[in-house]
Amino acid sequence: MTPVLEVKNLKASVEGLPILKGVDLTVYAGELHAIMGPNGSGKSTLASVLAGREEYEVNGGTVLYQGEDLLEMEVDERAREGLFMAFQYPVELPGVSMMNFLKQAVNSVREHRGQKPLGAAALLRMAKEKAALINLDSRLKKRSVNEGFSGGEKKRNEIFQLAMLDPRLAILDETDSGLDIDALRSVADGVNVLRTDDRAFVVITHYQRLLNHIVPDYVHVMYDGRIVLSGNKELALQLEARGYDWVSQEAVPA
Amino acid sequence: MTTSTATRSPAETRLIEAFYRLFSPSRNGEPGFLRNLRNEAIDCFQSLGFPGKKDEAWKYTSLSGVLREPLTVQEQCDPPASVHGIAGLDAHTGVFVGDTRSDSLSSLASLPEGVIVSSLTSAPPALVAAHLGQHATISGRAFVALNTAFLRNGAFVYMPDGTVCEQPIHIVHALTGAGATLAQPRTLVVAGTGAQLRLIETVEAHLSGSSLINGVTEIFVGPDAHVSRFEIQDPANHISVVSTLDVYQNGGSHFQNNTFTFGGNVMRNNINMLPDAEGCETLLHGLFIARGHSHIDNHTLVDHAKPRCFSSENYRGILDGHATGVFNGKVLVRQDAQQINAYQTNKSIVLANTARMYAKPELEIYADDVKCSHGATTGQLNEEALFYLRSRGLTLSQARTLMLQAFARDIIEKVPLQPLRDALDQRVAAGLMH
Repeated sequence: MTPVLEVKNLKASVEGLPILKGVDLTVYAGELHAIMGPNGSGKSTLASVLAGREEYEVNGGTVLYQGEDLLEMEVDERAREGLFMAFQYPVELPGVSMMNFLKQAVNSVREHRGQKPLGAAALLRMAKEKAALINLDSRLKKRSVNEGFSGGEKKRNEIFQLAMLDPRLAILDETDSGLDIDALRSVADGVNVLRTDDRAFVVITHYQRLLNHIVPDYVHVMYDGRIVLSGNKELALQLEARGYDWVSQEAVPA
Repeated sequence: MTTSTATRSPAETRLIEAFYRLFSPSRNGEPGFLRNLRNEAIDCFQSLGFPGKKDEAWKYTSLSGVLREPLTVQEQCDPPASVHGIAGLDAHTGVFVGDTRSDSLSSLASLPEGVIVSSLTSAPPALVAAHLGQHATISGRAFVALNTAFLRNGAFVYMPDGTVCEQPIHIVHALTGAGATLAQPRTLVVAGTGAQLRLIETVEAHLSGSSLINGVTEIFVGPDAHVSRFEIQDPANHISVVSTLDVYQNGGSHFQNNTFTFGGNVMRNNINMLPDAEGCETLLHGLFIARGHSHIDNHTLVDHAKPRCFSSENYRGILDGHATGVFNGKVLVRQDAQQINAYQTNKSIVLANTARMYAKPELEIYADDVKCSHGATTGQLNEEALFYLRSRGLTLSQARTLMLQAFARDIIEKVPLQPLRDALDQRVAAGLMH
């Protein structure tokens, strides 16, 4: 079976400064991988490179997405191919209505998959259904994208978009940051509902607390630009109890 | 003082000669006030001449290229086969071919009682004489003087005291002609005490040459009257426009102007508001999309002469290609005009390195108890926002269009007529296509 994501010896830098120093990661459909690590370990850089941010320069290695070279794809191409990125800081888009935005996004993905574009009524039905699935206040659909949303609403809106776009791989970049316990639970519930056999998740998080609600299949620890430890959910608990300092001592560079 | 003919430009000379050819002193059958207005105006134009680069108000906008064309003053205008109007808009439509109302093209059957939409020369002369040229004054203003010097007829809208026109009144200036033409539409609007009117003004120009449309609209807003005006400018790229709006507001009145500019060669809007009594509300909104080599200049003046008035101005522009945009917004608060609230914002998005935007807010305040503010921003589309949209599957072009439409909608949503809003939305989308 072709992995959904296969990262091999990925090296990347920003403004000449090396951040990723050889990341290896293989993710199959149906799996949920958590990537943890201290600040500055390269977690968010990995997310940014996978998302296609141009300010990050790839210096080596390969990234295959469903067997294709991901790094050759434009940002919007990645999305249409079924890669979804839930951002740490979703941008506010004043004047861009949620429904208009969703219509264009959903239909560009559908068109790429050879599906018929959804009309306004069908889209609204779908939005209603998905919003209910993840407990999103349906009034948010009537507003401009993220404009004036609270931190929790923005994160929930990311999960809502995930539900609408039906991706093969979803990457959640620090989706838990800045959330109170209720918002955290609601985001986690949304993710759990959306876990399916044909969809993979990579959840990037600094804290173990999200993983109390989203149980990962694998946990990886990043340190100094590499994945230095991999394990199951027990590893997350260990990190919670012991912090990250011991990782640097025990980790054997690849 | 008259400028000697030696310093006159060929364009000025040509126009002045055209005046004396067209209007011999023996011309009969017109009210005397019209002849007097014209004679004063040609004297005024002769002494002023066209403004040039040395005039502060014309620093960034030059019509010299347009005026080099041997412009022929439009005398006769053939009616077009039809006019477009605005799809889905239920309006009283007055179509003026050249300067005269066309009965066959207009649809005015259901106007409320007492409301007049007619040619100036068919309207009650005393009413016209009391207002024509009184608000659009010629002193120091070459283009108003030029328009007035050739004034024979025009559009007239009258709302008697207390009348409410539920449907908007749409004035269409249909201009046809071959070769480089100077067309000069003129509109006079008089809204009586407490009258309520929504007025749309458009020009449908079928002028084959590099023509100039020098239009003047003057509006008298009676006490407690409520007038909104929407001007949509969408000429072909070889046509230039100077459009002047002069509004006189009485106490407690509300006036809102919205100018949408989508094309043209050199486009200059002069908007002058005189809220001349207490309790006036004045709103000025504008949106333009400048592409190719278009030059779009919005010059506004709010002259707060009297206390306790409110004015707010919001202009937005999108520039691409080699286009140039100018916004000059002046707010004058005279010494006795206390407790004025005056706000102004101007935002522009410049999409290409080769496009230019000049923004010049001017606040001139002589009273001490006022609240005034202005803000001007010129920038590019937010890269983060574009990235976000693309990360959801939108192409760069779709993402840009979506964001620019959102930017434009801030002005479009101030239009209270749904069909007009839809038409504007569509025009914006078309204007942003690559």
